[in-house]
Amino acid sequence: MRLRILDGGHGFGTKALFALIRTISRQPVLDVIKLVKYRADFYGGPMSSVTHEAMRGPSSWSVGDRELMAAFIARTNQCEFCTKAHSAVAQRAYGDSKTVSACLTDVETAGIEEPLRATLLMLGKLTRERAVNADDMRAVLTAGASRQQVEDALAVCFSFNVIGRLADAFGFFVPGPEAFESGAKYLLARGYR
Amino acid sequence: MSNIAQARNALTKRILERAAQASIAERRAAFNNNGLAEPVRSLVDKVATHAYRITDQDIAAATASGLSEDRVFEIVVCAAVGQATRQYDTAFAALNAAADATPRGE
Repeated sequence: MRLRILDGGHGFGTKALFALIRTISRQPVLDVIKLVKYRADFYGGPMSSVTHEAMRGPSSWSVGDRELMAAFIARTNQCEFCTKAHSAVAQRAYGDSKTVSACLTDVETAGIEEPLRATLLMLGKLTRERAVNADDMRAVLTAGASRQQVEDALAVCFSFNVIGRLADAFGFFVPGPEAFESGAKYLLARGYR
Repeated sequence: MSNIAQARNALTKRILERAAQASIAERRAAFNNNGLAEPVRSLVDKVATHAYRITDQDIAAATASGLSEDRVFEIVVCAAVGQATRQYDTAFAALNAAADATPRGE
């Protein structure tokens, strides 16, 4: 972590919480948790509300689909931490690792429904080129995604275009798979709040 | 207004309008990726355009220029939220144009 305040500038209660997390999970506290708990009134509190709504709020996309979108956006942004973190959540949500792996390798050939494929392609372009046009959106709607599904996917994209940038800017430590598995269990059980 | 729009508005208002260590003008400039002096200008531009290329030196240059770590934290958060907001707004406008319908959800 490139800012010392994000690593160790938390209050006594938060440090006690981190100690509890380390004891229960037997894993290090992920840097993303350290970030959202630092001066939570400024960023972590309001951002967690946005992300929880996008990832766990009402939507016809499944939790697994939305976590896959998060991993796909992270991969497009070349954010290693978020790619690994949300691949782990999506795999656990889907109950298989092949779908996530196939989508991150080549979304064009992955065995997923067309509305999801078209949505991922649009999110990839939006993240890579920082813009999309009406033709890109027509392609998603023509593939069978509803307008509401596109709006829901854009909310996921917003969250992970914030979080990925912060992970890379602040230099999140990328731990081993056990830590991400532990994080995935928590995010599926409790969400982002 | 949808729940997600309310939550996004609350986030933006908090980081741009309420008290913090960086000035409101500085936070708005970071959000808009416009009007900042070096070395913060380069850091904010990297956050917006290719965050994966940010190095220890980029952050160190910002703190060496006299900014506290808390100000750097706030500026980087504003830069990230600003870029994500521009992308979201661009995409939403494209969706409205494609659907040729009354905007919903905002």
